[in-house]
Amino acid sequence: MVKELLVILIASSLVNNVVLSQFLGLCPFLGVSKKTNTAIGMGVAVIFVITLASAVAGAIYQYILLPLDITYLQTIVFILVIAALVQFVEMFLKKFIPALYQSLGVYLPLITTNCAVLGVALTNVQKNYGILTGIVNGFATAVGFTISIVILAGIREKMRHNDIPESFQGMPIVLVTAGLMAIAFCGFSGLL
Amino acid sequence: MNITGILLATAVVGAVGLFVGLFLGVAGIKFKVEVDEKEEAVLGVLPGNNCGGCGYAGCSGLAAAIAKGQAPVNACPVGGEKVGTQIARIMGVEAGDSVRQVAFVRCQGDRERTRMDYEYSGIEDCRMLAFVPNGGPKSCNDGCLGFGSCVKVCPFDAIHVVNGVAVVDKEACKACGKCIAVCPKNLITLIPYDAKHVVACSSREKGPATIKACDVGCIACQLCKRNCPVDAITIEEFHATIDQEKCTGCGTCKEKCPKKVIV
Repeated sequence: MVKELLVILIASSLVNNVVLSQFLGLCPFLGVSKKTNTAIGMGVAVIFVITLASAVAGAIYQYILLPLDITYLQTIVFILVIAALVQFVEMFLKKFIPALYQSLGVYLPLITTNCAVLGVALTNVQKNYGILTGIVNGFATAVGFTISIVILAGIREKMRHNDIPESFQGMPIVLVTAGLMAIAFCGFSGLL
Repeated sequence: MNITGILLATAVVGAVGLFVGLFLGVAGIKFKVEVDEKEEAVLGVLPGNNCGGCGYAGCSGLAAAIAKGQAPVNACPVGGEKVGTQIARIMGVEAGDSVRQVAFVRCQGDRERTRMDYEYSGIEDCRMLAFVPNGGPKSCNDGCLGFGSCVKVCPFDAIHVVNGVAVVDKEACKACGKCIAVCPKNLITLIPYDAKHVVACSSREKGPATIKACDVGCIACQLCKRNCPVDAITIEEFHATIDQEKCTGCGTCKEKCPKKVIV
C-alpha cells in the first residue's frame, strides 16, 4: 500500500507533471511566475485547494454519487466544491495574509477555473482511486505544479535582464522556456 | 422519463449547493475584514496613477490618510480641485481653495543661444554631471544641462528636452513634483497655471559673465524691477524673480527686459 502511494507521489509530481506533461493549469503557471515569492505563495495555495478538493470530491463520489448511481453529476458537483474551497481560501488569505492576497490578485479566484483542480478530481474517478489514494494523488499533483511554477519563476527572474529580441519579449520567450522545461521533464519518464 | 432519477439528481446537487452556501456564509462572517467605507469611496474618486505627488505611498496610501483625517481633502495635486470637492463631499467637510499649478523650468538656454565650454560625451544623466569639470559642458553653471533626468522621472510625459533645454508642457503637467526633486540644479519650480509672466533664468553669475555665457540670461539690470507697477519683482543672487501672488500680468517687465528673459 505504502509503496503504491510512493509511486503515485513520484508519478504525479514529476513524471506526469500536471503543467508540463498534462498541460493543465497553464493560466496561473504563466501568470503568477514573475517573482519567486509570489510563485511559492501560489503553489502553496494550489496545494491546499487541490488536496482538500480531492478529499471532499472523493468523499462525495464514494459516499453520495456512487451509491445513488448518479455519477454523471460528478462534473457539476466537483466544480461546486472547488469553487467553494477557493472562495474559502480567498477569505482566509484576505484576513490572515493580506500581503499574499494582494500579490496574487486576480489569479487566486482563477484557481477555481483552473483545469488542474478539476482534472485531478476527475483523474481520481477515472483511475478508480480510493479516498486516501486520491488525496495523495492530489497532493502530489499540486507539489508538481509548485515545483514547475517556482522553477519557471526563477528562470524568468534571471531572464529579466537578458537581451531578448523584441519580437520575443513578454509571453513568447516564456512559452519557449516552458516548452524547454517540458522537454527536460520528459527525462523523468524513465523513473518508473 | 425517470422522475425519481431527476428528483434525486436535483436533490443531491441542491443539497451540495446548500451546504456549500452555508459553509461560505459562516466562513464569510468568521473571516470578515473590517473595511472603512469612506476609505474605499475616496480611493474610488482618486485618479489612481500612484504618482506619489501627495507625499503618500500611492493612491491607497492617501485614501487611508484622508479617511483617518490625517491628510487634507485637497491633497491630490493631480486630481486638483475637481477631485478635492468630490472627496470633501465624501468626508463631509468643506474643501479649501486649490490653485492649479504647473512646473516651469527656469532656463531658456538652448543650443543656439548659449555657449558650451567643451563637448561632452558620456553618461546622459544630469545628476552625474556634478562629477564632471565645471558641473557640465554649458558655460553657464546654473543652466539646464538638457540630459533629461527630469524627462525620465515624469509619470505624465509632461516634460521634454527641446534643443538642449527642458520644457514643461503646461497642459500635461500635474504638479506631482518629481521633476523638481530630481533636477540637480534646482531649476524647476511650481507656478500657477494662469501665471502670465515668469523669469526664465536662474543664473547666479554677474552681468558680464552671464552675457558671455548665454544670449538670454538675466543680467540683473533692474529694469523690470523698477518698472513693475505692483512691485512684484525682486532681484536675488543676480537674477530676477517674479512674485506670482502679486503679479497682475500687465507685461511691463517683459517689454522692458533687454535680454528677453521674461516669458
